[in-house]
Amino acid sequence: MPIGSFTLVCVSSNHELSMSFEELALPLFDRLYSFAHWLTQNREEAEDLVQETFAKALKGFSSFQQGTNFRAWMYRILRNTFLTSRTGLKLAAMEPLDLEGNEDMLSAAGGTPETILLDRLDQQLLWQTLEQLPVQHREILLLCEVEEMSYQDIASTLAVPIGTVMSRLSRARKALRETARRLQKN
Amino acid sequence: MACELWGGKLDAYLDGELPAAEERTLREHLQGCPGCAAESLQRLQTKRAIAAAGQRFVPDAAFRARMQARLSPAKPARRSFRWFPALAAVAALVVVGVLFVGQNRDRAREQNLLGELADLHVATLASANPVDVISTDRHTVKPWFAGKIPFTFNLPELNGTPFVLVGGRISYLNQSPGAELIFRVRQHQISVFIFQDRAVGSPAVTTNSGTALSFTVRSWSKNGLSYFVLGDASGDDLDKLSSLLKASS
Repeated sequence: MPIGSFTLVCVSSNHELSMSFEELALPLFDRLYSFAHWLTQNREEAEDLVQETFAKALKGFSSFQQGTNFRAWMYRILRNTFLTSRTGLKLAAMEPLDLEGNEDMLSAAGGTPETILLDRLDQQLLWQTLEQLPVQHREILLLCEVEEMSYQDIASTLAVPIGTVMSRLSRARKALRETARRLQKN
Repeated sequence: MACELWGGKLDAYLDGELPAAEERTLREHLQGCPGCAAESLQRLQTKRAIAAAGQRFVPDAAFRARMQARLSPAKPARRSFRWFPALAAVAALVVVGVLFVGQNRDRAREQNLLGELADLHVATLASANPVDVISTDRHTVKPWFAGKIPFTFNLPELNGTPFVLVGGRISYLNQSPGAELIFRVRQHQISVFIFQDRAVGSPAVTTNSGTALSFTVRSWSKNGLSYFVLGDASGDDLDKLSSLLKASS
């Protein structure tokens, strides 16, 4: 018997199927909103994005497949909705196309001379750094560090192979360090 | 600076994505390699800083209310009698009034309860001696509570899961003794509180809210015992640990 409001969200997809959309989706509301705000960098747009995500997810809930991850499914809807929004399309047009270059992943991941001590960064500088990253880097860092998604779940959310998740994450981390260093210098 | 051999694997290690054998080898390597240890610490601090930054934005109350109303729309009123709308309106006012008062009271009670448990959790984390019985072995931790609390409970087998039992301590809620078990998942500490239902009070009946002071909470009641799983780990982790505990109780 669940005690009042702290509804137990079951882990297995069998349980997920037996739960209502509201029971599954509402616990994700705050985090989806925060993710949406980081993507759009605007409160009103974030609200519209979350609202549209919930509307699409509710509509497609009957097609939500057993054995898949509900959280990754919701994030995928939100991200796809964002990518086709005016802001998303504008950002995609502005961002460089070589984010997925052939650079060796290990060299990007390893300790590099430009490594800086991010722990010394104040919060404001880190916010600014994240805001300046290309959205493709920002979103993967948020999914990994904030949502603590596994590489498999990130791959499912972004609809890319796991290898791409690893290399993109490496590049995002490198870009974060470089951007933070540049901002620190300024 | 990290050494060449392991530098490229530090991120996967910190993300918990290395295969178990490799993870073990790297952990041993870190104990003897100051370069990799320093680099790991630095990357871990960056991860934590991003995790904190990621929670910068919160939806405002009006938007939350709007979304909740959309997801659970009121059922349309039936109009079988001419006077029904007026009666329904009066009845709705009475019901809303009663529910409002009741829900407010229940919500306040829940928030107090969650706040108190969050305080206990934080006090445990801040303590120099966070646990009274230090053991990763459930067969050591469970018997330690015998005679110290007025009930018994089962602990799940954690082999093959990301969770590690750190230990346990006696905790008190509304002057009733209970068990607080500390688990670790990656870098997060999770407290599991077990109290008799009567220490918690009668079950509350308000809307869902799975957080207390930013901690994630899961709770349920079984066989007269109330379980609360609370920590700063992700909801998924808390769900998994809850399922393991439910399966063993």
